[in-house]
Amino acid sequence: MTQSYTAAESVDDALAALASGARPVAGGTDLVVSARQGKAPLPDSIVAIHRLAELRGVALDGDMLRVGALTIHEEIAEHTLVRERLTALADAAAVVGSHATRAQGTLGGNLMNASPAMEVGGPLMCFGATVGLRSQTGRRSVAVADLFAGPGKTTAGQGELLTDVAVPLPPAETGSCYARLEYRQQMEIAVVGATAVVTLAGNRIAAAKVAITALAPTVRLVPAAEEALVGSDGGRAPAELAAQAAADASEAISDVRASEAYRRAMAAVLTRRAIEAAVARSRGILVPVPASRYLHAAG
Amino acid sequence: MRVPLSLNVNGVAYPLEVEPGTTLLLAVRDHVGLTGAKEGCDDSECGACMMLLDGRPVNACSYLALQAEGRAVTTVEGLADGGLSPLQEAFLEHGGVQCGFCTPGMLISATALLAKHPNPTEQEVRIGLSGNLCRCTGYDGIVKAVLSVAAARN
Repeated sequence: MTQSYTAAESVDDALAALASGARPVAGGTDLVVSARQGKAPLPDSIVAIHRLAELRGVALDGDMLRVGALTIHEEIAEHTLVRERLTALADAAAVVGSHATRAQGTLGGNLMNASPAMEVGGPLMCFGATVGLRSQTGRRSVAVADLFAGPGKTTAGQGELLTDVAVPLPPAETGSCYARLEYRQQMEIAVVGATAVVTLAGNRIAAAKVAITALAPTVRLVPAAEEALVGSDGGRAPAELAAQAAADASEAISDVRASEAYRRAMAAVLTRRAIEAAVARSRGILVPVPASRYLHAAG
Repeated sequence: MRVPLSLNVNGVAYPLEVEPGTTLLLAVRDHVGLTGAKEGCDDSECGACMMLLDGRPVNACSYLALQAEGRAVTTVEGLADGGLSPLQEAFLEHGGVQCGFCTPGMLISATALLAKHPNPTEQEVRIGLSGNLCRCTGYDGIVKAVLSVAAARN
């Protein structure tokens, strides 16, 4: 039962509240829902951070896109630069929940909720994004890949607030895609998800990143899949090799959405689709955002 | 411990006192007394509780009332201004209402959708309303109603 609520008027306000044990709330789409589902009661002490304008918005800073922690999924999905240069992130942000979820749920909240099925984690890890964590004692940067510690767990300390996400813009010859397996094509949580980011040099893949979603205790990078792609032409055969590596790297569970065996089988399918779409986009071929809906129909 | 809250709903400021964990839905229904928005799943799945917060859709069951301080909340009661809104009229005309439980959320959701996409395709309407579940109508009348309002405006 929540006993105390304060609305922070500044980041310093919020950090002071966190230092004394409060938990932050922004869009409420995870915190309040979890309390209702009985997963975790509302914290005793809550500090609302939704008024902190300095934590909101998307800005280009050199070759880095800086996204404030309070930026809503809708804004990320619709941002021109995100769609053009960080397309997998747009694919992911565009399929989170319903339009009400995307209008309230924030990027920082989604990251700190640390769901293994979260949409934007794979794209951010593949793009090499870092988060800024601030506390009363200072600020540090942590790679998104090092932020997740397990389902619902992060490596951030109690007094730390995620304030921003920095995403390096990849070279121009880069294509990326986030694809998820879903049953209704809308308003759901990933059964299995995969992200691929590939950079071409001529006809060959010069660099690649692959991540899997809802297949392990955290969203996970798959180095073996990357090795299968680098130096190849990005065709069906290397895509299938990389997809198998992604399936091998999974530690899926069985739950209400899918069995472990089905998830493992679909890991390969979704990874291959994500790779093929990323390669196509790197060559300037249009794959609509969000890719999941389109790729599902394309097979 | 109750906390004072000035909640602006449909242009009227209501002075309330709520527990910190009170949701926006509970505050509007039980404290303000506007019962148009419904509690369906209480889990952000069904959209029956949907309201507008500064013009953006929110599942009010999953939002703390205290976070709405200083912001404009719109419920289904706020859509009718003197008479029913064109969208409400269209729901009646196209048979978009059966039991009516999802209707307040549908109307709010469709209002937000049309504000953002004034001329949506049928697929855009269906995807836009995917966070609003209806167990009676099969959605067809609802989708037709939304498309008819867009067509009449354009």
